[in-house]
Amino acid sequence: MNLELLGITVLWVFLFGYLIVASIDFGAGFFSYYSVVTGSKNITHRIIERYLSPVWEVTNVFLVFFYIGLVGFFPETARYYGTALLVPGSLALILLALRGSYYAFSTYGSKDNQWYMLIYGATGLLIPAALSTVLAISEGGLIVETAGQITLDWSALLGSVYTWSVVLLAIVSVLYISAMFLAYYAHKAKDEAAFEIVRGYALVWSVPTILASVLVFFAISRHNPEHFTKMLDLAWMFVVSFLCFLIAVYAVWKKRHLGLGFTFVLLQFAFAFFGYGASHLPYILYPYITIHENFTNPAMGTALIIAFIAGLLILIPSLVLLMRLFLFDAGYVQGNRDKKG
Amino acid sequence: MFHYDPVLYSRILTEVTLAFHIIFATIGVGVPVMIALAEWTGIRKNDRYYTLLARRWARGFVITVAIGVVTGTAIGLQLSLLWPSFMEIAGQAIALPLFMETFAFFVEAIFLGIYLYTWDRFKPKRHLMLLIPVAIGSSASAFFITTVNAFMNTPQGFTLENGKITNVDPIAAMFNPATPTKVSHVLASAYMTCAFILAAIAAFSLLRRKGDRLYAKKALKLTLTAGLVFALATAAIGDLSGKFLAAYQPEKLAAAEWHFETQTKAPLVFGGILTEDKEIKYGLKIPYALSILAGGTPGFEVKGLDQIPDELEPPLYVHYFFDGMVTVGMFTIVIAALYLWLSRSKRASKPAPRWLLRVIVACGPLSMLGIWLGWFYAEVGRQPWILRGYMKVAEAATTSAHVDTMLLLFCLLYLVLGLTAIKVLSKLFKNNDVADELIAFGVFEKRGPLE
Repeated sequence: MNLELLGITVLWVFLFGYLIVASIDFGAGFFSYYSVVTGSKNITHRIIERYLSPVWEVTNVFLVFFYIGLVGFFPETARYYGTALLVPGSLALILLALRGSYYAFSTYGSKDNQWYMLIYGATGLLIPAALSTVLAISEGGLIVETAGQITLDWSALLGSVYTWSVVLLAIVSVLYISAMFLAYYAHKAKDEAAFEIVRGYALVWSVPTILASVLVFFAISRHNPEHFTKMLDLAWMFVVSFLCFLIAVYAVWKKRHLGLGFTFVLLQFAFAFFGYGASHLPYILYPYITIHENFTNPAMGTALIIAFIAGLLILIPSLVLLMRLFLFDAGYVQGNRDKKG
Repeated sequence: MFHYDPVLYSRILTEVTLAFHIIFATIGVGVPVMIALAEWTGIRKNDRYYTLLARRWARGFVITVAIGVVTGTAIGLQLSLLWPSFMEIAGQAIALPLFMETFAFFVEAIFLGIYLYTWDRFKPKRHLMLLIPVAIGSSASAFFITTVNAFMNTPQGFTLENGKITNVDPIAAMFNPATPTKVSHVLASAYMTCAFILAAIAAFSLLRRKGDRLYAKKALKLTLTAGLVFALATAAIGDLSGKFLAAYQPEKLAAAEWHFETQTKAPLVFGGILTEDKEIKYGLKIPYALSILAGGTPGFEVKGLDQIPDELEPPLYVHYFFDGMVTVGMFTIVIAALYLWLSRSKRASKPAPRWLLRVIVACGPLSMLGIWLGWFYAEVGRQPWILRGYMKVAEAATTSAHVDTMLLLFCLLYLVLGLTAIKVLSKLFKNNDVADELIAFGVFEKRGPLE
């Protein structure tokens, strides 16, 4: 594997990590607010809070890691995406900032402030919508370079079926992934009442997830036929993804093997996400940036890879410790441990 | 102002974001060290007061960390959004520390999450161990980010030919001449500022005569001792920074000191105003001091602004930033020393005078002001360069048409976040009375409060 392929793979793995962790977080925020509004707060809110509180800071880091890495490995992405994304990027940043802060305010400070909860819940759907437009932009046709001046074509962006199909898929997937995870977590916590509610959410959002995916396939065949052809070459990955989806939903339906079921959710998105990513190559931005022509110099590329491996050696044991303490510790999950000091 | 200038607005937006972020970044770097100090003292002296101190600080700390995280994310992305051409060039040479910073922060975030939720799950010593990766992670973050800023001042580790970067050496770029003094100055001043902010809180509760006096006095002694040590370290490193500037960025030192003519036995000017013909009025002149600051001996020849082309001269108002920063440093040293002298064990029974407590309260915000002035000096003093000798600020900014609107939105965001943070933090401490917590904690089992 050459350096540029290794680089983009590392970044894509981290973006996948962000997709999963952030989806759980965003969806949980929405469900949490929904449960307050509909009066079922006492049942589901506890489960959500117990999982989210210790891990929320970690979520943002995946995203930061991705874009700092992107600029590091492929410096020219800074100029293209940086110039074109000033407005959508700033809006996403403001939403992320509001979300992170108001989560802390409502969890560690003023409990039960409805406004804080609303900000936290609403941003859970707006952020994935805003971030997913970047994927739409990467397909080309929306960033235009004329005489060295890079601009984003707003009317093309907002008028594109593909943009809206990606936004739809992002929102629906967030709710689906999150509900599937919470069903697993509630089951583990032996919280029957909460489990029944989130299991319902999971099943309700499973079918729209698949429908939205089909819509994206259809839209990309119109928007970027070249990419669509390459996706067809990797069709087996999308088929495997669909099979994983069926197994996962079956597990939740039958209320059995929920841990395994959530693993299949991860596999479902992994196959689809890496299938999409692999067929997107060599382009990072159609048609301006490819991983081959716009890779950083070899010295920096090597240094980044070495730093990455060294970093992983520290990071993986830390993450394992975090998960063992809060995700796989039966006593903590069931709420038998002491809370924050 | 009617003419839209993306460079100007990009500068303002970056300044506003950094000025807001640096408050929380400084707290993020320094407070874990202070919490560790308190928790360790608690274990060493077997004194639950210190443990409660650590617990209460940690509780407030997590709110500031949240804002630090989100504004840090903002500045990280804004670098690409507002300065795309700079990031394209810099990404080639200095991406390594930026990348490593995310790892350092990752570790910090993970262990902070564990630390906050395991007060009663682990034994005290083991719990304290969890804070070590938090403190190392936050200080390492500051280290990596500061090397990037150091690189902007003294870039090296690459060759630029016809707009193309070649011969990149990422390690040389990271460990450039500005790195040692800059990193150590940033770290020491962050520790110092946090010690004084926490001291201000303790002094404030002593003044209000609420809560538990012994608790507040122990907090004050711990924080001011740490504050004095860190402030002295900051001053010593500041002296080394002066020598670094004289050798590598003479124009920055000369602008700060209004030093126009290259000469030996150069005096240091404090305060004053500059007339139209560049004459200094009302300033306090300390003979030989600039030569000593720049080179260690009165005979050292200090390069003046006469050797710098006019268009490469930094703005001369940085003089006030520099003087303000130094004044804050000196003032806090005197105050901390005075308090510790007055409260030494021989006269422990006498309470500290109220005026002194009031001044200590002021030292908290003053230290933060010192951080601001220091950063303004560092950044404005580099003008007109963004990458000294290679790229000017004006060439690096975005050409996008909407920076002014974004500036407005971010200002609103910071205003809202800042106000809510103040509200939430004060409510947090009002709702948790120290005396109640000490009782709940088992400190007063049989006897009443000590004072």
